Formats: sequence, C-alpha cells, structure tokens
Amino acid sequence: MSKFTKKKSGELPAVNTASLPDIVFMLLFFFMVVTVLRNNNLLVVNQMPKADQVEKLQKDRSVYIFAGKPSARYQDKYGKEGKIQIGDKYTDITNLKFALEEARRKLRPELQDKVMVALKVDKNTNTGLVSDIKQELRELNMLKLIYITAQGNELDR
Amino acid sequence: MARRATPEVNAGSMADIAFLLLIFFLVTTTIEKDKGIARQLPPIEPPTETPPLIKEKNLFIVNVNKSDQLLVEDELMDLKDLRAAAIEFLDNGGAPAGSPEHCPHCKGRRSTSSSDNPDKAVISVQNDRLTSYKMYISVQNELVAAYNFLRNRESERLYGWEFTEMKKNLDEGNFSGNEDALQSKLENIQKLFPLKLSEAEPKKSGL
Repeated sequence: MSKFTKKKSGELPAVNTASLPDIVFMLLFFFMVVTVLRNNNLLVVNQMPKADQVEKLQKDRSVYIFAGKPSARYQDKYGKEGKIQIGDKYTDITNLKFALEEARRKLRPELQDKVMVALKVDKNTNTGLVSDIKQELRELNMLKLIYITAQGNELDR
Repeated sequence: MARRATPEVNAGSMADIAFLLLIFFLVTTTIEKDKGIARQLPPIEPPTETPPLIKEKNLFIVNVNKSDQLLVEDELMDLKDLRAAAIEFLDNGGAPAGSPEHCPHCKGRRSTSSSDNPDKAVISVQNDRLTSYKMYISVQNELVAAYNFLRNRESERLYGWEFTEMKKNLDEGNFSGNEDALQSKLENIQKLFPLKLSEAEPKKSGL
C-alpha cells in the first residue's frame, strides 16, 4: 500500500517566479505609455494657487498660457517682473494675440471654435497681469477660460 | 569541426532589467490632472450701450486691496467669513411674497435691505492691480463655493442628489442613464441660482 502514501511535505515549495518578468513588463509598458516627458519647457516659476471648487480641463481643446516671474536661471537676463509664456518662449502682452492665434491653429479644426484657455499662473503674480491677459482674450473673442489650480484650499494650512 | 550547441541565454536577470526600467518610468511619470475654476468672460460691449442699472441692495461688493485685504460691503472681513456672507446675501430673498420677484426657494433672512432674489443678486469683485493671484483665486473659490452650496441644497431638495457631484459625473462620463434629462435638470438648478459674478476692471495701483 505504499503506492498511495504521499510524499513527505516537510518544507514549503518555492514560489514560482517565472511569471514575474511578465508582470513587471506589463507594468513597465503601462508607465511607458502613460509617461509624458515634459513637452513644455517652463521658463517661468509656476506654482499654482490652491482651490477646491474645481472642474476638470478638457485637454484636447485647450490652449495654455503660463505666467509668473522668470525662473531662477533666466532672472539675470529677464528680471523679476511677471512674464507671459506661450509655447516655448516668452510673449509680450502686445504679441499675445498673435501667439494665441498660432496656438489655436495647432488644435483639431473641429474644436477650434470651442477653444478653452487654460491659465497657469504663479500664485505670487500680480492680478494686473492676469487682467491684461483677460482683456486681450476678450478682444480675441476667446471667452472660455479656466484658472488651473492645485488641490486644497488656501484657508487651511 | 564538430558543431557545438549554442548555449542558452540566461534570462535570469531580465526581471532586474525590467525593474530598473519600471522604476525609472515610475519616477518620471507625472500623470497630469489639470483642474481649475472655469469662467466665461463677458464679450466686449459696444460703447454706446448704457450699463444696466442695479439697485444698491442687489449688489454685493467685494473689494481686494493691494495688500490682500478684503473689504466686503464696506466692512473689513476675513477670507474665511466670505463664503458665509455670500451665501447669506444670495439666499436672502428680500422681495415680498406675492410680488413677481418673490423667491420661494430662498431660506434666508428676507431682509429688505439685502438682495431681492438670486436672479437679481450680483456679486461684484474689484481687484487692485497689485493683488496677488493667490488671493484672487481664493476669493473666486469662496464665491463659487457659496454658489455650489446653494445649488447643492436645491438639487438635494428637488432631485435627491448633489449638484456638484452629478455635474462631475457628467463631465467625466461616469454617468449612465439619460444624459439629456440630467443636463436639463442641472440647468434648472443653475437657473435657480444663476452665477452672477461681475469683475470690474482693476484699479490702477497706488490710487
């Protein structure tokens, strides 16, 4: 009857790790696909203020405007006054219209009428700069805008 | 020459290499989630048009000076009290019962010296050019919060769900059901408390 006596299972069998590379590769591919290597080279300090009554931005129909004082390494050249950045370069308030038109043309044609301007403004900027931008936007008839904020609330700290 | 069998490649370190790459991408990934306060700018009006007259009591003036202090209805106020003050103003419903402007869903004090109804009530924000953007956003945030609070209260009463939550579900495509019906319900509630935030041109600094 020794035929049916089981093998002694004294020690635990080792966990099979053969599928570990597969799992890791799967994760790897996920992150590779999701990763966006910075496409905007930020030239300005950009720390968003906090707010909690927020809506989500629809990215396919938005044009970004950055504003804030120049980053530390550009301060020698451009000073510490608030500056506007669209795309990869600084834009003067008088050139804003032109730069925005150019940015709008890069969107998909059917979404160009529904364009939404995303304002990424540093929290230590003066409101005057923002209202200059808003005035230009009104003249361009791009009336939908969204102030990008960070999560949280300035009240509780 | 005798043919030698090619030795098998040792794949034992594959997992290590993959881990290395995985960690690199994990660290560099920033899943961008841009959120913010959406706003519609007023179109530029032809200069001939006379601005509409708004009664003093229907106007809630929030003034922010260059050192980020708040002046609400001519009184100094802390930012944390702004939300409650705005809610009280919007929800006042001062028009007497029976008049066409009576607001049946308002639960405020019904004082005759404050707003007639939410449709008439206008919040006006005036900034100095030197106000910090942080303060500006905080003020906007508090005022939107006041509107959201009142809208949530009404949608809770009428339909049994929260306005902000349903709007978020609709925007993110998490809503299963009749989207048009929900949209019209949302608009109904927006009509009960329409967002009337006016922004004056900021004053020149130093004045």
